[in-house]
Amino acid sequence: MTSELDIFVGNTTLIDEDVYRLWLDGYSGLWGTVCGCRFGGAVVLDGRAGRARMSDAVALRVRSGILEQTGATAAVLQSDTMDHYRTFQMLERLLHAPPKLLHQLIFQIPPSRQALLIERYYAFDEAFVREVLGKKLSKGTKKDLDDISTKTGITLKSCRRQFDNFKRVFKVVEEMRGSLVDNIQQHFLLSDRLARDYAAIVFFANNRFETGKKKLQYLSFGDFAFCAELMIQNWTLGAVDPQADDMDMDLDKEFLQDLKELKVLVADKDLLDLHKSLVCTALRGKLGVFSEMEANFKNLSRGLVNVAAKLTHNKDVRDLFVDLVEKFVEPCRSDHWPLNDVRLFLNQYSASVHSLDGFRHQALWDRYMGTLRGCLLRLCHD
Amino acid sequence: MPGKLKVKIVAGRHLPVMDRASDLTDAFVEVKFGNTTFKTDVYLKSLNPQWNSEWFKFEVDDEDLQDEPLQITVLDHDTYSANDAIGKVYIDIDPLLYSEAATVISGWFPIYDTIHGIRGEINVVVKVDLFNDLNRFRQSSCGVKFFCTTSIPKCYRAVIIHGFVEELVVNEDPEYQWIDRIRTPRASNEARQRLISLMSGELQRKIGLKVLEMRGNAVVGYLQCFDLEGESGLVVRAIGTACTLDKLSSPAAFLPACNSPSKEMKEIPFNEDPNPNTHSSGPSTPLKNQTYSFSPSKSYSRQSSSSDTDLSLTPKTGMGSGSAGKEGGPFKALLRQQTQSALEQREFPFFTLTAFPPGFLVHVGGVVSARSVKLLDRIHNPDEPETRDAWWAEIRQEIKSHAKALGCHAVVGYSESTSICEEVCILSASGTAAVLNPRFLQDGTVEGCLEQRLEENLPAGCGFCHIPYDELNMPFPAHLTYCYNCRKQKVPDVLFTTIDLPMDAAVIGKGCLIQARLCRLKKKAQAEANATAISNLLPFMEYEVHTQLMNKLKLKGMNALFGLRIQISVGENMLMGLASATGVYLAALPTPGGIQIAGKTPNDGSYEQHISHMQKKINDTIAKNKELYEINPPEISEEIIGSPIPEPRQRSRLLRSQSESSDEVTELDLSHGKKDAFVLEIDDTDAMEDVHSLLTDVPPPSGFYSCNTEIMPGINNWTSEIQMFTSVRVIRLSSLNLTNQALNKNFNDLCENLLKSLYFKLRSMIPCCLCHVNFTVSLPEDELIQVTVTAVAITFDKNQALQTTKTHAEKSLQRASTDNEELLQFPLELCSDALPSHPFPPAKEHLESASSNSGIPAAQRAVTVEKASPVGEGNFRNRSSPPCANSTVGVVKMTPLSFIPGAKITKYLGIINMFFIRETTSLREEGGVSGFLHAFIAEVFAMVRAHVAALGGNAVVSYIMKQCVFMENPNKNQAQCLINVSGDAVVFVRESELEVVSTQQPAANCQPSCTGGEVTT
Repeated sequence: MTSELDIFVGNTTLIDEDVYRLWLDGYSGLWGTVCGCRFGGAVVLDGRAGRARMSDAVALRVRSGILEQTGATAAVLQSDTMDHYRTFQMLERLLHAPPKLLHQLIFQIPPSRQALLIERYYAFDEAFVREVLGKKLSKGTKKDLDDISTKTGITLKSCRRQFDNFKRVFKVVEEMRGSLVDNIQQHFLLSDRLARDYAAIVFFANNRFETGKKKLQYLSFGDFAFCAELMIQNWTLGAVDPQADDMDMDLDKEFLQDLKELKVLVADKDLLDLHKSLVCTALRGKLGVFSEMEANFKNLSRGLVNVAAKLTHNKDVRDLFVDLVEKFVEPCRSDHWPLNDVRLFLNQYSASVHSLDGFRHQALWDRYMGTLRGCLLRLCHD
Repeated sequence: MPGKLKVKIVAGRHLPVMDRASDLTDAFVEVKFGNTTFKTDVYLKSLNPQWNSEWFKFEVDDEDLQDEPLQITVLDHDTYSANDAIGKVYIDIDPLLYSEAATVISGWFPIYDTIHGIRGEINVVVKVDLFNDLNRFRQSSCGVKFFCTTSIPKCYRAVIIHGFVEELVVNEDPEYQWIDRIRTPRASNEARQRLISLMSGELQRKIGLKVLEMRGNAVVGYLQCFDLEGESGLVVRAIGTACTLDKLSSPAAFLPACNSPSKEMKEIPFNEDPNPNTHSSGPSTPLKNQTYSFSPSKSYSRQSSSSDTDLSLTPKTGMGSGSAGKEGGPFKALLRQQTQSALEQREFPFFTLTAFPPGFLVHVGGVVSARSVKLLDRIHNPDEPETRDAWWAEIRQEIKSHAKALGCHAVVGYSESTSICEEVCILSASGTAAVLNPRFLQDGTVEGCLEQRLEENLPAGCGFCHIPYDELNMPFPAHLTYCYNCRKQKVPDVLFTTIDLPMDAAVIGKGCLIQARLCRLKKKAQAEANATAISNLLPFMEYEVHTQLMNKLKLKGMNALFGLRIQISVGENMLMGLASATGVYLAALPTPGGIQIAGKTPNDGSYEQHISHMQKKINDTIAKNKELYEINPPEISEEIIGSPIPEPRQRSRLLRSQSESSDEVTELDLSHGKKDAFVLEIDDTDAMEDVHSLLTDVPPPSGFYSCNTEIMPGINNWTSEIQMFTSVRVIRLSSLNLTNQALNKNFNDLCENLLKSLYFKLRSMIPCCLCHVNFTVSLPEDELIQVTVTAVAITFDKNQALQTTKTHAEKSLQRASTDNEELLQFPLELCSDALPSHPFPPAKEHLESASSNSGIPAAQRAVTVEKASPVGEGNFRNRSSPPCANSTVGVVKMTPLSFIPGAKITKYLGIINMFFIRETTSLREEGGVSGFLHAFIAEVFAMVRAHVAALGGNAVVSYIMKQCVFMENPNKNQAQCLINVSGDAVVFVRESELEVVSTQQPAANCQPSCTGGEVTT
């Protein structure tokens, strides 16, 4: 006796969160072998014999102890899993454009459940996002997913879903006016938190920031997302003109050009000395690492200003984070600056420039340093 | 021109991409009614076209209005080749034809294609202007209301219940016409859908005419079925109960009493309405001749007193005989005569109702059923469907005579069904023989003192159990005792019925679903031989099904079955029997005896031991079941009852080998009733198997109950969460050495596993009850068995369930408290409007989080919900509200029950009767048979919901999936499925909301006057 067909359809679509997770994680719902679903009697779960007849997803559910809790059999679990998997497969098309999920008539799902479906579908793994952050969301990268899957232990299926989500969101908001986060929220109905994360991913993908270098490995996605948000708020076209196209995606080219003007801060020796003395006077006795700071001031300042001056070249924009870590984070780290000292230094470092009479680009400096200060503080950790 | 139909096409959305080059669609719409077609403009290059068309007006006869569906076709314009069809929407405009139902149909409808399924949605507005034209000879029956509900609909009262109406129409099946060879599958499917839509419209109109002639204004318990007879044609038939209904007019009369519909009925005076409705005025006696003037079965109509062989066996019912009970006797005779006169004029005193106004049902005799096997032949002349009519008339006549044999003059809970395989067709009819109170059967003039006496004489809760037949002249040997409730009249020891448990019945403990399952192999044969073989097998099957039911009932420690439905399906090489019913313990009936096992070879020691082991197991099971279902009847000593049982209990043996080759089903039905202790003789392995199978039925996991009736006896505190579902399973039997036993086991496992799966899936709803569990079995192919289940899971409050005995006052109090909870729990759904005025706002959020149906603790879930919600406050920097929030699709509940727990039905919008075909030639790509059918059923639900929503409703009650015919051809990668569903579209209001509204109303009324006062001063 074999089962040809086995379905359950509720007027309100049943969503099992645990099964949804298994599905999202890419575990197969189908039988591993072509033996078909057995019905008669309970499938005995003694060792391999039982397991061989179960799909990955069912095996995982069995391991969660659900059979003991409910007194169900593996056959029941298999049938239930398949029902859910079919439902999710049918829903997937709608999840690609979440507003459709809200307006469709085929599945009656309470709003809270719809939100959960969307949110979970667009959720991503930290390990995965770190691998693709800043990479071009192209076919080439997609081919590398095999390697990423092996490296991270995330199933290829799940990697594909996450990659496709990134790409889809990117494609939709790419050419749009208005706030990036708002656009994402509008078109994908994500929570605020997740929409911000996606904004960061899209921003990084668009500007192709390098995040994969070994010396950047210590940084989390959260660190980058934090920086991305600051940069979107201050360094993009949208920061000056809320009506601009691509306003939140692209850095303000004019601003980057202007940053060259900051070079005078380190090129002009008097200005550099004056800046140093202003900072040192203000911080004397307040820093634990005062002497190290004093000794290193010119190097640090050169580093920060040179990063700014180089941002006219796309290549250097991409290396922004590598440069920041090399030029600022690593020297601080090697001298064991406490975070608070870094904060005091950066505050003073940016504020003192206002007292430099010969320097005319105060606004430009603030736009640059205001953001950079926030980023650097976030990047300074182990 | 008696009617003007107006249609406006507003917009479309989510259309499929029809032009690969541009990834867009140039859509336009054709609107067709009858032979008139209108078109909208082409809306270029959009998947969300805004046509905003003018009003398309069709001037049509009301006859056409009733028969024809409105057909809306969405197409993709193509300059160079033929326009491609995207899909269609059929809208039944019948609900717009009665005054009280919907006034406009407006909303988003799924665009359906029989090959691709749902492809986007279209927004349509439909209105009808009807001109009254009463002078014409009416062919139409506009205004007659139809209800699928098998009880008096909630916001109506029955003035008169007229009786049985039936009709059938036949046609050639387009699938089998010669043209089908050259047309596409799509064209063929659409022809079929359209034809069936037309035929059901016509059928409904014809039934409506009959109702008008009977001077009724409504059909209740309307059941329409299709017989796909293949080569020989397509039959659409319907039965129902004609009534004169009166709408309860003032909203104040809406009592928040859905949990106990009986209460509501009681509080409404049923009589003393001299002229409730124009239709009902005038004498009802001359109906007789008119009533059947349209019935094609006229030629077969026999008066009930005509000489029928069956009748000669039974006592003349008219004589009453007065010996049944001392006090009730003379009265009974009087009653009987009166009722009989009311019923005698009817050709078939049948009622499709399963629940009745209080006092309507006087006595219940038992189940009556009849089957006959027919050979199908081509229907030559569709206008003269005489053969089919004659077949049914024959069966109904048989049912009627069975009822007479039981001393009953009426049949209630009546239904008809067919099972077809190739050219053989089994027609089945069954019902419950009953004695009815004449009060509802004719105009209120007859009522007098008699009624008062009636009320006095019939003790509540047991009257219907009292035997209607004459004790001294019983139609079959039965074991009678005095009623355990009133101790005045006689009752049988077991009662089987097809109706719902009467509201006032005294029940001990809870009920449970009881099923008998049976397979019988049969040789493959052709035509006559095949029909003969089936006819020969039928009595055996009936007998075994009955034995199984009886055994299982005893095993549960119960003594009555309600909602009994025995389905016999025929396949190429086997017959399947599936009986479902709800077992209960009626307080009026005696405690059932146990089951005893008798061995055949008493000398064998080990065998003996085995037997005693089995016996112990059975006894344990009975004890366990009694505990599980809380069956603990009060001990009554024999003296108090005044033991009417003189003869010593004799153990009559049930011999398996013995055959009762009679096709008199009724005899079989009650013949087991005489045994006090039931003896199973184990004389061969077969019998052993049977005993085993008795014990293999696993009770539902704790927290679950199941029944196939409307309500679960013993549970009356429903909370408002409901989940209707359909589950389908098909298994393939291995063709090797099939035996009856193996078949039985497979079938049994199939059903049990299906139930287990249901319990598992719905575990988050515990404590809950599966109500109206409706199993249908069919044999689509040689080695395939298909089982389809539709039911509704309803949650209930466990704490309150523990106290089974409650006074009414307590009940209502408790209900009020649950109401509050309900409101709190479902603010998201429909009561959002009422929220501002909500009495307990602070508790809202907490409870809300507890409402979603998952097993996670509330606190945790609250977090996830909050996190997940994209609509959270303050998330949007400076944007207007997102497109999602409020514009989501309204919730439409679906339930096979006639009510919605915790809610009040305020309006019936009309009948939903839909027929869909879905076909695929890419089965594998659509996820195999399961993927295909899963998607299709989901689509059917969606289309039903969309139609209800467009009518302005928010629920379908008495929903039923009447047919789900699935055919596959995996080798060709093809499959086809036909589904027929029906139900009543309604508007419901949560009881708690009603209260809010009613308390608000006075306030709102006084406000203007107050302000007015201020102005004047």
